[in-house]
Amino acid sequence: MGHVLAVVIDGIIYSSWLFIIAVGLTLIYGVMKILNLAHGSFYALGAYAAASLVGRWLSAGRAPFGSYAMLILAAILVGLVVGPLIERGLLRFMYGKDEIVLVLVTYAVFLILEDAIKLVWGVDAYFVSEPYGLLGSLSIAGLTYPVYSAALVVVSLLVGAAFALALKRTRQGKLLTAVIQDREISAAMGIDVRRVYLVTFTLGTMLAATGGALTAPTVSVVPGMGVEVIVLAFAVVVIGGLGSFAGAALGSLIVGMVRSAAVHYLPAVELFSVYAVMAVVLIARPKGLFRALEARKI
Amino acid sequence: MSEYRDLVQRQNVDVVVGYISSGDCLAVAPVAEELKKLTVLFDCGSPRIFEDASYQYVFRTDAHAAMDSVGAALYVTELKPGLKKIAGINQNYAWGQDSWNDFESAIKALKPAVETTTSQMPKLLSGQYGAEISALLSGDPDVVHSSFWDGDLEAFVLQAAPRGVFAKSTVILTAGETAMARLGAQIPDGTVIGARGPHGVYAPDNQLNRWLRKAFFDRYGVAATYPAYHMAQALLGLKTAYEKAGSGAGQEKVIAALEGSSFETPSGTIRMALAKGHQAIEETVYGTTKTVKGQVTVVNVKRYPAEVVNPPEGMKTQDWIKASLKRTK
Repeated sequence: MGHVLAVVIDGIIYSSWLFIIAVGLTLIYGVMKILNLAHGSFYALGAYAAASLVGRWLSAGRAPFGSYAMLILAAILVGLVVGPLIERGLLRFMYGKDEIVLVLVTYAVFLILEDAIKLVWGVDAYFVSEPYGLLGSLSIAGLTYPVYSAALVVVSLLVGAAFALALKRTRQGKLLTAVIQDREISAAMGIDVRRVYLVTFTLGTMLAATGGALTAPTVSVVPGMGVEVIVLAFAVVVIGGLGSFAGAALGSLIVGMVRSAAVHYLPAVELFSVYAVMAVVLIARPKGLFRALEARKI
Repeated sequence: MSEYRDLVQRQNVDVVVGYISSGDCLAVAPVAEELKKLTVLFDCGSPRIFEDASYQYVFRTDAHAAMDSVGAALYVTELKPGLKKIAGINQNYAWGQDSWNDFESAIKALKPAVETTTSQMPKLLSGQYGAEISALLSGDPDVVHSSFWDGDLEAFVLQAAPRGVFAKSTVILTAGETAMARLGAQIPDGTVIGARGPHGVYAPDNQLNRWLRKAFFDRYGVAATYPAYHMAQALLGLKTAYEKAGSGAGQEKVIAALEGSSFETPSGTIRMALAKGHQAIEETVYGTTKTVKGQVTVVNVKRYPAEVVNPPEGMKTQDWIKASLKRTK
């Protein structure tokens, strides 16, 4: 029983981490129909910015608990600076082009940002582990878990709840939903689609950066850290259905639980398990679990 | 591959020195042979490079992973005579798989009754090890083996230490010396650290080592760790071979000079003793961390001569481990 509980807890923690990253990816696809390969770089930028801000905060001798504010500030800064820069400076010139072209454009952005990160931060690792240990730990089923991991679960729940509420209850959310449903009709009805794109891309960037910033205290922040994340986030959104928020939540939960069970019971297939699930889902539901069938426009 | 072919076919280099990852070395070696270009692998560890193939143009001037794994097994069995359970967490590619297979085989050759509780093989650069750490803790092993390196190694230490892995089990990090330099006292006391040979904190006090330490620190502001020592080995091995071959000597003469050679390095004498003189052997060293005045140091340092931790010429690592390591209760 204790072992099963450990599988569930590990699965939930991993799912939460994945959801924070994947929801930004699915948001950008849902609204802008861009399969954003640069999402991994935004995650890495969030981690590097967090490492820099937390490092400066702590080295200045300020209160350690303030480092959590630095993590959030890092994500906001990356979102507000990098998101509009790329959307206004590059992507807006590509709208209307084939989705494959946009994939290639974001892949180019990914490669540029990977090198830009090395130019700004160098190739040495950064460590900011203090926020990870500050909250202490708790014991469940005979295993020790940092409270930080529980906080990660809370953050992902807050992100999910905020999205659900914003989409259903706010005017901006309804406008966003309209653009997701049909961009052309939305524009015809007077919605400023270009503004919606800017806000969406900024928000998506911020979410990826939040994932990176919250991960920074648990890892060594090194070049290339965004590569693995983007592959996993794609698996999640493909399982859930590209552009679906509920799909991103369910996809994260499925990937997290399957991976956790594999690690505990059959570690040899851990790597295979996530992609096996993805393959099974795509065989049964080629558009993912939550993506509605679309009428073909002629 | 494209970079390698570019170096050889477009830039016409005389020799290629490189490759940290075992996966890269396994891929590059046959291409080097196809292009007939002298290539020195400086840091990768998979024993399979020369055990599963034979090369004329490829050399490796650092010892392969058998040395690290067998040395680790000898150290922990001496450290924990009552060893009953082991577990592993290694990266899911050639280096991690070979390291774990050799370590587990060596432990079971030395102590056949030892049980493996779990062998975790996360993907390279996966970064998140929460479930793996729970699986390690659940088995309550006496020893946890890891050949993690670079960011994965540091992430594992940062995540596993607060969860009590290092307190409950003796953790042996075969490539842990680089983390000593980066994480310092964040590595818990009692961790067994390897440096993939007599490098870094385990390097002998000789003139070449003093030169390397100073030059590296002056240039980068940090202490040289084992990859820097491995690169020094590759360059000094080539220097020795070029000097022996004589001025203006062609590639074939340099290859003949490097085959089976011995040369001095910051880590002591390196001998190209395996794979018909193409694979180096060296001694290896393990020690246990102890924080002194906020600085991480190593105590209980043990050195294992090259012949004790490397298979003899012509014998594969797994066959040698099973046939030669001494069994105890």
